[in-house]
Amino acid sequence: MPDISLWFQELLAGNVIFTPTTLGYYWDGLVTTVQLVFLSLVAGLVLAVPLAIGRSSRHRWISLPIYLYTYVFRGTPLLIQLYIIYYGVVFFDGIQQTFLWPLLREAFYPALIAFTLNTAAYTTEIFRGAIKATPRGEIEAARAYGMSDALMMRRIILPSAFRRALPAYGNEVIFMLHASAIASVVTLMDLTGAARFVYARFYAPFEAFLFVAAIYLCLTFSILYFFRWLEKRLLAHLRPQG
Amino acid sequence: MLDLHGYGPRLLEGAGVTLQLAVLSLALAILLGLLTASARMSRHWPLRQLATLYTTLIRGVPDLVLMMLLFFGGQMALNVVTDALYDRFGVDWYVNLNAFAAGVITIGFIFGAYMGETFRGAFMAVEHGQIEAGKAYGMTPWLVFRRIRFPQMMRHALPGLSNNWMVLLKTTALVSVIGLSDMVRVAAEASRATHEPFTFLIPVAAVYLLIASVSEWLFARLQKRYNVGFGGH
Repeated sequence: MPDISLWFQELLAGNVIFTPTTLGYYWDGLVTTVQLVFLSLVAGLVLAVPLAIGRSSRHRWISLPIYLYTYVFRGTPLLIQLYIIYYGVVFFDGIQQTFLWPLLREAFYPALIAFTLNTAAYTTEIFRGAIKATPRGEIEAARAYGMSDALMMRRIILPSAFRRALPAYGNEVIFMLHASAIASVVTLMDLTGAARFVYARFYAPFEAFLFVAAIYLCLTFSILYFFRWLEKRLLAHLRPQG
Repeated sequence: MLDLHGYGPRLLEGAGVTLQLAVLSLALAILLGLLTASARMSRHWPLRQLATLYTTLIRGVPDLVLMMLLFFGGQMALNVVTDALYDRFGVDWYVNLNAFAAGVITIGFIFGAYMGETFRGAFMAVEHGQIEAGKAYGMTPWLVFRRIRFPQMMRHALPGLSNNWMVLLKTTALVSVIGLSDMVRVAAEASRATHEPFTFLIPVAAVYLLIASVSEWLFARLQKRYNVGFGGH
């Protein structure tokens, strides 16, 4: 190990921009981006499952409000949603007196809320499509077994819908990673924020942004390969036999 | 009512900027997409490799990062070129990359990659016999493209195209970050100045929804037109 770190130090020694300090900014940015994307995806997923079930409901008073929500959040730019939450959170009466205020005052939590609501809207529609595509035979078989609606949803429809939704959901994860770059607009030091800082500090757009683009590219490909691997495992029964 | 603390006219202007930007970038993206799709299906492997590299790299990096790279880096690169021109040939030529042009170029460049993928799939869906029939009639390659491949390709490309347009429209909001006064930037400025974010941001969101709904309707009509002769769908 010592010769590798020595080589690394020598590499950095001849470089004005990529000093240990700026690399530290990039590292912190990477941590912020990953946290933001991961947390919003998990929260979005948790929200999306019941919303997708409601969206597929026969009762219009359940499905219509959910459709309205997904229509608005999918039809407007995430940047506007972020601005509305970031600038608007102050105006909820009495919020400044609650325990939530120290959290919401930071840019991280408004961004997290905006991203969560946004990804939940897209994921709801992805899952709804997958639920709608459930083969009729599977539903009839479940009915023939005398399963209740809830049991059928839990044991038959959702597991097969999740698998069908996997490719589209993989795209959504990548989309979310890329969309998270706008967090830097509300002063958050994510990966893009770090790149903007380095650009402003050294006036070196190519170094600052190409480096961060390479990091995003690596993250994108990691997600892509992870979902390919997952599809291979979970959709094995759909591949041609032999 | 439309005065909005005096920001009304500027917001309207901003909406115009957003629309112009979106339409011009769409035109550039379609052009680049057609070129990319042709390059990806080309017989020459350097062209194929180049097109693959373009679509892969662009789609792997956030729009905002590309936008900043091209906007901040583009001016610097231009300066290097114009400086060199001055030093070598004494040509005193200075190009100032304005935010609008930079926005159109960047968004067009980004969505050209997505369009390339859409068009490639659509071109491959056109039956080969159709092209052979065109050749048999003695049509030139350009005429085959214009009369046979393009109209039939569009039928398959339209759903993807409409999807790309919706994403592109929302992406135009990002130009507000690099200093272009589109409606998002005006609304954000007004929100900060008046401390009334909802007054400005919600109408702007509504305009996006309106544009999206109108385009959805337009695309449905186009789809009908390009599906003529293909029964129902």
